[in-house]
Amino acid sequence: MNTTTSDAVLVKDYINGNERALEFLVLRHKSRVYNFIYSKVLDGDLSEDIFQDTFIKVIRTLKKGTYNEEGKFLPWLMRIAHNLIIDHFRKSNRMPKFESKDKEFDIFSMLKDSRRNAEKQLIVDQISADVRMLVEELPEDQKEVVYMRLFKDMSFKEIAENTNVSINTALGRMRYAIINLRRLVVQHNIVLTE
Amino acid sequence: MPKLYAQGSKKMNNFQPKKETINFILNYSKAMHVVKTRNMLIEVHKN
Repeated sequence: MNTTTSDAVLVKDYINGNERALEFLVLRHKSRVYNFIYSKVLDGDLSEDIFQDTFIKVIRTLKKGTYNEEGKFLPWLMRIAHNLIIDHFRKSNRMPKFESKDKEFDIFSMLKDSRRNAEKQLIVDQISADVRMLVEELPEDQKEVVYMRLFKDMSFKEIAENTNVSINTALGRMRYAIINLRRLVVQHNIVLTE
Repeated sequence: MPKLYAQGSKKMNNFQPKKETINFILNYSKAMHVVKTRNMLIEVHKN
């Protein structure tokens, strides 16, 4: 075991009881995970907490034998960190930390920002990624129409011309695509709301 | 503008978790054991 040993081998060694393998994994990915968390929460102490919780979740999953090895340790690790960041923002929204006693003047009413906050942006990114993943599951002809309509903002007339079909066929494909997407959302238990 | 953006990214990449946090994670791992029973998995933490 050395610095060139792959993640998959280290994970396997760790599951088999080699604690040193975890040290290699943590040291290898600490910077990337920590900086990802920090870039979202912009707070050092909070980043430490989420970083710690991320690896605790990794340890518990690996030791329980519920990790599904597909050679993608790092994406899995980043996904855990990402989900914990979202959890943090959701919790902090439910627990407001400050409420002004002075009814006439509230500094927070002056600091309102119309842009999406970090939590909303993360959720929107997540929804967008989920929708793209679902679209990939569609049959080729439906996928083509969805891409042109939703991602390229083309009219059905343009779609029909580009795909050499009638407008009605393009509309029909879009309809079936939406039906299939709804079915996939239910099937995969995906929540697509802000 | 692109230059400023690149400088910002570079600076952000320098952050590292504290050594104490890393040690906590490694010690947690050493202390944690999973006991498998017939129907469930039980987490055990040794002091």
